Amino acid sequence: MAQTLSNDDEATEAPATDRRRKSDVVQERHKLRPGSLILLAVGAFVFLFPFYYMFIGSLQANPDTSVAGAFPQPGNITLQNYTNINSSINLLKGLINSGIFTGGVILCTVVFGLLVGYALAQLSFRGRGVVFGMMLLVQMIPFQLLLIPLYVLIVRDYGLGDTYLGMIVPFAINSTAVFVFRQYFLQLPASLFEAARIDGASELRILWQIAVPLVRPAIVTAVLLTFIGPWNEFLWPFLVTKEQSMQPLAVSLANYISNIAATASNPYGAILAGACVLAAPAVILFIIFQRQFISTNLGSSAKG
Amino acid sequence: MSWMTLPRSKRVQPDGSDPAGSAAADSAGRHGGSSDGNAGGPAPRKPRWRPLGAQPVGVLFSAPYLLFVLAVLAYPLGYAVYISFHDFFFTAPGVSVPKPFVGFDNYIAVLTDPAVIRSFGNILIFLVINVPLTVALSLVLANALNRVTRLRTFFRVSYYVPYVTASVAVIGVWLFLFQQNGLINSLLGSLAPEPSWLVNSWLAMPTVALYVTWKQLGFFILLYLAALQNIPEELYESAAVDGANKWNQFWNITVPGVRPASVLVTLLATITGANLFTEPYLLTAGGGPDGASTSPVFLMYRTGILQGNPDIAAALGVILVIGVLLIALIQRRLVGGKEE
Repeated sequence: MAQTLSNDDEATEAPATDRRRKSDVVQERHKLRPGSLILLAVGAFVFLFPFYYMFIGSLQANPDTSVAGAFPQPGNITLQNYTNINSSINLLKGLINSGIFTGGVILCTVVFGLLVGYALAQLSFRGRGVVFGMMLLVQMIPFQLLLIPLYVLIVRDYGLGDTYLGMIVPFAINSTAVFVFRQYFLQLPASLFEAARIDGASELRILWQIAVPLVRPAIVTAVLLTFIGPWNEFLWPFLVTKEQSMQPLAVSLANYISNIAATASNPYGAILAGACVLAAPAVILFIIFQRQFISTNLGSSAKG
Repeated sequence: MSWMTLPRSKRVQPDGSDPAGSAAADSAGRHGGSSDGNAGGPAPRKPRWRPLGAQPVGVLFSAPYLLFVLAVLAYPLGYAVYISFHDFFFTAPGVSVPKPFVGFDNYIAVLTDPAVIRSFGNILIFLVINVPLTVALSLVLANALNRVTRLRTFFRVSYYVPYVTASVAVIGVWLFLFQQNGLINSLLGSLAPEPSWLVNSWLAMPTVALYVTWKQLGFFILLYLAALQNIPEELYESAAVDGANKWNQFWNITVPGVRPASVLVTLLATITGANLFTEPYLLTAGGGPDGASTSPVFLMYRTGILQGNPDIAAALGVILVIGVLLIALIQRRLVGGKEE
């Protein structure tokens, strides 16, 4: 962790380090000022406290909403809430469904996104401009406009309600990820591919054996970007799945909150236990891969 | 691309019955229009005559994505407009029942529904609170984060953790924090609002706006952090030499310097606001109290899917999108400032 931390700081601060020697004025600007630090610390507390409280709350045998309840009380700790929520909604089944939904979207995004990203960056073919324009336009289409027609088409006409396919299809290829792939492929020198072409390699082979190994960081970034969407998505899988055995965890937990919680003995404990299980994979993933989720990647993809 | 592979990949197009590839080729006629007539020419170096460009296999590589965009985004987009102008209802698959054209009837039904007007008003309340708060807080925090070298990673990660976590999960803890005798009210003591936050018709929507600001802020901080890297250090240097204090520097260099990002941030925050569904559904138990926190998307779900009127819901969706576009244009004027 310490290693990655210092690496990251060097990477983003490198230009500033050069300039720092220029003048004392600039050096002063980069000095750690207490005001900034206090501000940042208050911010971090506000952002992190609910997560800490989520965990503490999920362990409380009796919900304790006093200020003292925000600290762990040895006499009030139990894992019962996890058992309770698991008996109402099958946590493992929910996690598996979320995983299949998210995994399907990531797989489609990576496979088809790499193909089209490579084509947009390194191949010259008729219609490239149109594909590129579409990719940018698509990111502006608001999902709420598609809600009703997609529901009519996928659930009613094609009968894909309560199927994984029905959940995955509207999210299948993440256009932001396509854009990230294109940006990374653009940075590779065209001469690299010319050489392989002269040697007679097919484009698919060039992509798989030369281009893809060179853009591994792009794949991690794209997977992370794509992961957030389906793992956290509520509205669409909520519309598609009526059977509990098919629901992703976000949907079954939401149904628990709105329908079942009122009848439970310790509803908040159970809700928070479910919330911890739902939140943990995303939080852990983003802490492990935090270096791949830095401002420059996001900025370039969102700037369009 | 070797000469040998060309005919094979060319064959993709004629038998490729997918509408995506051919549509792209049709509309991109401007790219390779020059047909020299020497199609059978022996010189493989001349790529010009190739009707699909130097590497036609690119069409094949793009085909799945194009198909996805056309089938899942473009077609439903048109279908939404179609549904909104017809008397549309759910039928069993395969059953064909006439769905007559009804002009603007669905739109009139939407615009005369007080619940819809209320939901648009709610979104305005949401935007008035959420957008300025998001812009101000994310810019200030990104600016502070940009100056700190120690603990930078810790701060950055802690800021985007809410953004990457499922809304359903964090709503659970917000319900716990903001309930009648929750921690927030315990801290406030006698200052606690009565009725409590989420069941108070004056505070329900502001609390939702506050929640969404908190949830999304990390993403916008990252956007501003990227924009801040583009401001040349020399500007601060010369301003400092001229005696400008920190506040002046922030206001006269940083704020104008990140203006493109600000346009993007306000736009994205507005789109998020227009898309509200999970929050009114779960945080305020279905847009309560008494419709004080309903959102247009929540009404689309209720009218379209629960009550079986997809035509009215589609019209509501079209109106919502037009509304977002109008607000986005106004914001662009306001935030975009002189550079426009």
